[in-house]
Amino acid sequence: MIHFDNVSKRYPGGHTGLAGVSFRIEAGEMVFLTGHSGAGKSTLLKLIGLLERSSGGQVHVNDRNLTRLKNSQIPYHRREVGMIFQDHRLLNDRTVFDNVALPLVVSGMGYKEISRRVRAALDKVGLLNKEKAAPITLSGGEQQRVGIARAVVSKPPLVLADEPTGNLDPKLSQEIMELFGWFNQVGVTLLIATHDLDLISRMDKRILTLHNGQLVQDTGKTE
Amino acid sequence: MSKGRNNPMRRRPGFRPDIWLQRHLQVALASLGRLTHAPLGTLMTAAVIGIALALPIGLHVMLNNLQNVSGGWESGASISLFLKQEISDKQAAALSKKLRLHQRIKSIQVISKASAMAEFRRLSGFGDALETLDSNPLPALLVILPKDEYSTPETAQLLVRELGLLPETDIVQLDLQWVRRLQAITEIAQRAVLVLATLLGLAVLLIIGNTIRLEIQNRHAEIEITKLIGATNGFIRRPFLYTGLWYGLFGGIIAWLLVAISILLISGPVAQLAMLYQSAFDLSSLDITTTLLLLAGSAGLGLLGSWIAVGRHLSAIEPS
Repeated sequence: MIHFDNVSKRYPGGHTGLAGVSFRIEAGEMVFLTGHSGAGKSTLLKLIGLLERSSGGQVHVNDRNLTRLKNSQIPYHRREVGMIFQDHRLLNDRTVFDNVALPLVVSGMGYKEISRRVRAALDKVGLLNKEKAAPITLSGGEQQRVGIARAVVSKPPLVLADEPTGNLDPKLSQEIMELFGWFNQVGVTLLIATHDLDLISRMDKRILTLHNGQLVQDTGKTE
Repeated sequence: MSKGRNNPMRRRPGFRPDIWLQRHLQVALASLGRLTHAPLGTLMTAAVIGIALALPIGLHVMLNNLQNVSGGWESGASISLFLKQEISDKQAAALSKKLRLHQRIKSIQVISKASAMAEFRRLSGFGDALETLDSNPLPALLVILPKDEYSTPETAQLLVRELGLLPETDIVQLDLQWVRRLQAITEIAQRAVLVLATLLGLAVLLIIGNTIRLEIQNRHAEIEITKLIGATNGFIRRPFLYTGLWYGLFGGIIAWLLVAISILLISGPVAQLAMLYQSAFDLSSLDITTTLLLLAGSAGLGLLGSWIAVGRHLSAIEPS
């Protein structure tokens, strides 16, 4: 599903985001990405979602060589990668329903089908009764679940999460992780960046550790 | 292979015209709704556009009216053929009979010496003074109306030259010189209006472009998020293009209203003036064609202005 081959990312000004990172994540895996802040976790996720392009090496996602992908093709690539952010990135002037519907609207789906799928996704994250609410009126944990519903509503094969539990208390974090576990069970590949080592240790999944832009530890596939 | 990939629900939906239309309609209405959320701001922008458009349109309508008036005078152009003093009324009648057969002449009205005298007496108020004259000093007059195809200033001129060569002729008058001058002036004015319209059209483009630029700035976060989710540039561009279209259209409507009201306001005095000239001239307002052209043109300007702004500013926003 994801294949990094000697990937590096240098920023203008000399800062190194990633240096010679190679790994492979198979379809259906759930993998944690960890490391100190500034270690390159976000950079790695951005390369997969093509928010940034690598400066060296090859990135393959879903059998697609991202290094060669044209800019005009980026939107179609992003539709196959669900992204979850620490700050949720919801549209505060739209209802929960509209926020979750956005990926489907973008891909040109009919209203009936959108409505059905959005309700299913909201039901999954336990927010069906909040569909008409404005995101700003929800708690942090609820907002994050809206973000998750939005990331999975179009049923992408791959979901990326950047510090999804960064602002949540342990109990809510655990709930979010259980939700991820459920998605993984239905076949979604997940790559979750977090520095919450307690939480990861309880999940018993593969862990990639970055240090100063280098991959220093890979616990390997846990099957 | 992941289960997700084999899931039939994951098929990328193909192009569906019904959904495409539904989407466009929705975006059009949504951007309209957004504009009505801030009615004052929208109205002010539209009013600026409207005023800018009303000026050239109003001038255009006035010029059209002027042309209608002078056009009417021109096609009614008659040639006054004053016969020599010694030509009698009888000879005049004979001449008119002969000329009636001329291929360029539609009709001839003979004003005999006697009737010319009678008219002069009636209109001039010199009645008593005229009594003292021994003989009638007025010549007989043929008022000649050329056929329609020979009634333009150029073609009528040929007839005038021909009539001037007749032995009975004293003076031939085709009093179209001033109509021609008016026409020339009107043409210059038309050019000026065209230049003005171009400049103000550019101003409208700038106004709309700037409004859309601010709108893009305001919705920076939204654009970023939509891009993250996989929206194409076309998808993101669409609401802004519709916003520009609406601004243009509203501006056009306001321009139409301004022109219509202005015409209504001056039509009273114009009718009075026309009455003084014993003319049934009626000031024409914006006709359907002009109205449709105005609205389509203003909406088109709106679309173009937002297109330029969106092209310049949207690509600069990339998610990070």
